This record gives sequence, structure tokens and C-alpha cells, in this order.
Amino acid sequence: MDASPQKPLANATPRILAERETKIVAHDVNVYYGDKQAIKHLSIDIPDRAVSAFIGPSGCGKSTFLRTINRMNDTIDGCRVTGEILVDGKNIYDRDLDVVQLRARVGMVFQKPNPFPKSIFENVAYGPRIHGIAKSKTDLEEIVVNSLKKASLFEEVKDRLDHSGTSLSGGQQQRLCIARAIAVNPEIILMDEPCSALDPIASARIEELIDEIRQNYCIIIVTHSMQQAARVSQLTAFFHLGDLVEFGDTDEMFTTPKDKRTQDYITGRFG
Amino acid sequence: MNSMTDTFDKGNAAFIARRYASERRFKAYGAVALAVSVLFLVYLVVDIGIKAWPSFFEHRVVLEVNLDASEIPANEVLRGDFEGLVRGSLRRLFPGVTTRGDVRSLTSLLSAGAADDLRYETAANPALIGTTVRAGALLGDDADLYLKGMLTTLLRTPGSTNLQLAQSGEEFILTGDLSQLAVGQIVRANGGALRITGVEAGLARADAILAPATLNTLTPGAWDMLTFSHAEADRRINDRQVVLLEALRDKGVIEKHFAWRFFTSGDSREPELAGLRGAIAGSLLTLIMTLSLSVPFGIAAAVYLEEFAAKNKWTEIIEVNINNLAAVPSIIFGLLGLAVFINFFGLPRSAPLVGGLVLALLVLPTIIIASRAALKAVPPSIKEAALGVGASHQQAVFHHVLPLAVPGILTGTILGVARALGETAPLLMIGMVAFIVDVPKGFTEAATVLPVQIFLWSDLPEIAFQSRTAAAIIVLLVILFGLNAAAIYMRKRFERRW
Repeated sequence: MDASPQKPLANATPRILAERETKIVAHDVNVYYGDKQAIKHLSIDIPDRAVSAFIGPSGCGKSTFLRTINRMNDTIDGCRVTGEILVDGKNIYDRDLDVVQLRARVGMVFQKPNPFPKSIFENVAYGPRIHGIAKSKTDLEEIVVNSLKKASLFEEVKDRLDHSGTSLSGGQQQRLCIARAIAVNPEIILMDEPCSALDPIASARIEELIDEIRQNYCIIIVTHSMQQAARVSQLTAFFHLGDLVEFGDTDEMFTTPKDKRTQDYITGRFG
Repeated sequence: MNSMTDTFDKGNAAFIARRYASERRFKAYGAVALAVSVLFLVYLVVDIGIKAWPSFFEHRVVLEVNLDASEIPANEVLRGDFEGLVRGSLRRLFPGVTTRGDVRSLTSLLSAGAADDLRYETAANPALIGTTVRAGALLGDDADLYLKGMLTTLLRTPGSTNLQLAQSGEEFILTGDLSQLAVGQIVRANGGALRITGVEAGLARADAILAPATLNTLTPGAWDMLTFSHAEADRRINDRQVVLLEALRDKGVIEKHFAWRFFTSGDSREPELAGLRGAIAGSLLTLIMTLSLSVPFGIAAAVYLEEFAAKNKWTEIIEVNINNLAAVPSIIFGLLGLAVFINFFGLPRSAPLVGGLVLALLVLPTIIIASRAALKAVPPSIKEAALGVGASHQQAVFHHVLPLAVPGILTGTILGVARALGETAPLLMIGMVAFIVDVPKGFTEAATVLPVQIFLWSDLPEIAFQSRTAAAIIVLLVILFGLNAAAIYMRKRFERRW
């Protein structure tokens, strides 16, 4: 177990952080599932308007940490979080924080495409509707169309917005889920292995899409594919056994890893 | 290498053969079990069907009734002596029937409610008063059963010999060729009917059931003979009534109709008048009460326990108790209803209100358990998706999880309804077992329900009620199947929508 609560990181100030505003600051975060500690004394700064990738072997805590950022861990029995995570300087684990408002600001895309078993339109319109974002019906339609366009799905589904979201192909479903997340105007989008259930072509489209929208959002993507991390992200964090081992600019991380474990992982020696 | 493959193959072949044999055996067990159960089911359905069939028909005797204005008060048509008029019309068909016993035998063929149809028809159309109308008078249960062939079988043999007829006191003596005659038979001749009481050498003795008009010699073709499978003492209809009914049948005034009154009238002491409308109405009222209580409470409880309640010792205890409650004997719920709803809260006895409350308690566990299972079966990814776009927990449950669970919840509700509709024991405890003639019109009126009606009828001694019991079972099953079919259809539609 770690004796020091705050370990010095291998790469303390990635270049990308210096160039952009910091969106999320995590400070000494610990996550426990019952007695088991899944995240140990994690501190990280995540930049706005860039893609940060979390990589690491299974069970390393990268998904767990991702889910602490929009407090999806709240729904898991026995999950406990200590430390603080600041989004725009506000601790999201404060007592007075409205978790519903937080999740409107921090959208999420899941591992398996999970559209609602409703029409394509309703899938996208649901978020704006419950948050009262759209003033009128035409407003709502505009939001839906724009979101679908941003998710580069509109051209494929414009003639069948009333069809069920589940009738789409896997890749289309995942883009629909991205459109659904975008529709509530989030600032942060969390993606939990968004391509793991998709074929390479559908994955490539999602990656393209991530690249297109990264200028407007703070995107965090958990991925098992190091190639994907290298392709889409500007910043990469490597997790191992609940520790944040190393994080830094993606190009540097993949060419000159500082930590032995990182090197072993990205060269395929374990994981 | 080669020898190894051989031994491997040998051992494997025997092993595989054993495996296939075991599989075939298991399939055979299943097929046999299925065949046996289908056989039982077919036997049951056929048996009930055969028993019930006669109940769906009734016999009427068509009479020319003169609606004598002096017997019918113009301002109160319903209180007119229609029974007397109908009986009078029937007697006019048999001018020879004059003695008191004969007249009673004749009029007792009619149902106690034989004149009711005519009464209501006349009340609805008073212009009929003073005219002569053709009216179908319902026959009593025994006459009806006899005509359906359920009391005795009858063999009519035309007389083919000459018989001389003589009277000595009360007794009649038949002489001639007696080869056709046997004790217990009835010889119909000369406008009368004689029951053979003894056949001796050269003569046969007979009692008059209906006195013959003349003592003329019986010629071939002018008389006939009735032979029964059941002696008079072994059947519920006497020889005189049989003779009268056969005479009516010969006159062609007996008609067979579908017994609509089985569905449109309430219970009665007279089997031919007894109907299911009261029980059906009682069942519907009780079921409405049951569903309107158990469905909302059951679903709300399931949603709360499954989605919102903290998982701790208390919810665990509640969960165990709900599961146990589903297995509590239903009569205990009846006792509870008696103690709480009737004795403590003072609600009316025998009422659908209390019946519905008791049955609601009875089916609540079923609905809660099924609804929880349905909620649990909704993939968590849907709830996560809703939470992910910022829906509150309640919104995620009510907008997404609950609608997806509806088909499963409906299945649970169907099971609950089926159980409530067929439940008898708890209703006995709260007095819904009373003999109730009137069709209940509200939740607080005395009522009974279909299964209790079946229970009541099955206990009655009249043979006609046996058939009514079987028919009521069929009606109950048909309603049950209908409800299930409707619910399954609804479930299918919901499934398609999602």
C-alpha cells in the first residue's frame, strides 16, 4: 500500500495542459467498493477542449475514475469516494451539488450502445425535454437535428426519425448515444470504451466524430486499444492497479514513456 | 498412435451410445407425461362439456293463452294471474284430465316461472290484454330433464296385436295376444294410458294412469306401448307425467330453445330458472374492486422496493414476508377480511366491496413479486442512459424502466386476476356464499361470485343443478380464458411498441 498520499507523478506538467484551460481537477481521490480500494490517492488535471484517454489493463480503475466524474458511481451500492474532484473549480462531491445538474453538464457514452427503445427523435429529445432546454416544439426539433448532425448521424436517419433507436446498426446506435449526450449541451463528455462493441469501420467513424467535436468539449475516453488512444487523444493517462502511473501528452507517452510499467504495457508485455 | 486411436474410439462409442440412450429416455418420459396430462385434460373438458350441454337448452310448451282482462288489473299488469291463465290453457289441451291428482300432475309439469315471460311481455305491451296469444310456457326441471332423455330412456313400440279391454273396479284387464306386454309398461289406447301391473296366464292386469275414454278393443296400430329403462320409483318423474309429456310431444307443442335465461337471470331455487347473471355481475364488481386496489398498490410497492428502498435489514424482512404472504392459505385472508373489514370497520357482509378488498390482499404479493421480477429484468444500461443525460432517479424509473417492465407486470397481473377470479374460500368467510336472487348493482349490495355459485350449485340435490354446475364451470373458464387472451394481446401490443 502507498504510504504517501501524494505521489509525485512521472510527468507533472504535460504540454497540452499548459496550452489549454484546466477543466477538471482531481485531488487525492480514493474510491472504495466496500472494503476494496479501486482508486488510490489519484490526482490529475484534465484540460478543456481536448481528448484525454485513460488506458490500462482491466481492473486498473480507469472506468471507475471516469464514473466518479459524473457521479454515476452513486448508483452502485457500497461505493464510496473520498477526496475532491473540481469541475470549473466547484467540488462535485459537495453536499449542496445537484447531481442531476452535474450530469447535464457531464454527458456520458457507455461501453455498449444503449439507446432508449423509443424513436430516434425521442432518444435525442429526451434530455432537452427533461431539462426544459427547448422553449418550443420547433426549438426541440432544431436541437435534435443539430445534435444528430454534430454526431454525423443526421444524413443516415433524417428520413426515419420516428423509427426505433434500437433498429439502427451498432455504430449508428453509438453515434445516436453521442447525439443524445450532446443534446443537453454538456461541457464534458465521458466515453467508457465507446468502440469496444463495434467493428473497426464503425469504430473509425466514432473516432472521426470524436476528432470533429473535440474543439468544443472536454472529452475523456477510456479505451483498451492503445492505437485508438494514440489516434484520438492529446493527453493519455496510464492506470495500473488503482494507481495513476503516468500521464502526459499522448505523442510523448507512446514514444518515450517515463515509467517502466507504462513502457511494458504499451509494448504489449502485459495487459 | 494407431492403437491409441482405436481404444479411444471404442470407449467413446459406448460412452456416446449411453449418452444418447439417456437423452432418448428423458425425451420419452416427457412425451409420456405430456400424453397423460393431455388425456386427463381432454377427459375433464369432454366430461364437463357433456354434462353442461343440456343446461344451455330449455323446453317450452306452446300454449294459446287468452289474456282475460278480468284476470289482469289494467293498472298493475304485472300482478295479473298469468300462472292461472297459463295453467288453464294447458288444461284445455287435455279435456279428459279432470281428477285432482291428474290436474296436479299436469300443471306440475310447468315451471314455477312458466308464466313470467308472458307476464313481462304483456306488461311491456298492454294492448295484448283481451286477445289470445301464443306463449311459450317454460317446463319444470323434471319435465325438461325427461325431454332431454336424462331421467329415463323410452322405447315406443306400436301395438301389433288385438287386445280386449275390460274394467273390473279400479283395475283394467287386458286379454288376447299378450306376447308384447310386460310388467311396468304403459299401454296407450282409447285416449287413456294403462300401466301393466301383472301378466298372468291369458290376461294382463293394469292400472289406469289416465282413464281410457272407451273400452273398445285395441286393434293393431291403434295403440302403442311405452317401455322405460328406469322404473317409476327410480326416476324423478312419474308415469302419469310421462304420459302427459308424450301426449304434448305428439301434439307438437313442445319446443326446444337456447336457454338465454341461464345468462340473463339471477340465482333461483328452481334449476330451470336459475341463471348466472348475478354471479357474473358479482364477479365483475369484485374483480374491479380487486384490480383497482391491487394493481396500483402492487406496482407502486414493487417500484419502491426494487428501485428506491435502501437495501437493509428492514427491506429484507419485508421482502421475505411478501414472499411468504404469497403462500398463505387463502382462507386466512378471508378470516382477516371478516375480522378487519366487517367486524372492525363495519363494512357490509356479502358485498363485492369486502370481497374485492380481501382478494386484493390475496393477489398483492403475486403482483408485487411479478412486478419486481419484471423491473429487475430491464437492462440496467437503460437506467444508466437516462441518468447519464441528467434524469433524476425517479424520472429514469418512471420514464424508462417502468414502461419497459409493463409487459412483465401485465403477466403478473393476469396471474393475479386469474387467481382472484377463481378464489372461493376467502369469500365464504365474508358471507359471499349467500343465496342471492337479485343481480347486484353496486359494490355494497349482497352478491356472490362465479366460483362460489358453482360451489353452491354443486351442493344441491336436484339433478338439473348438476348440469347447471358444469355449465357454470364452463362459463367461468370461458371468462378466464377471455381475460387472459385480452391481457396477452395487450402485452403483445406493448412489446411491439417498444
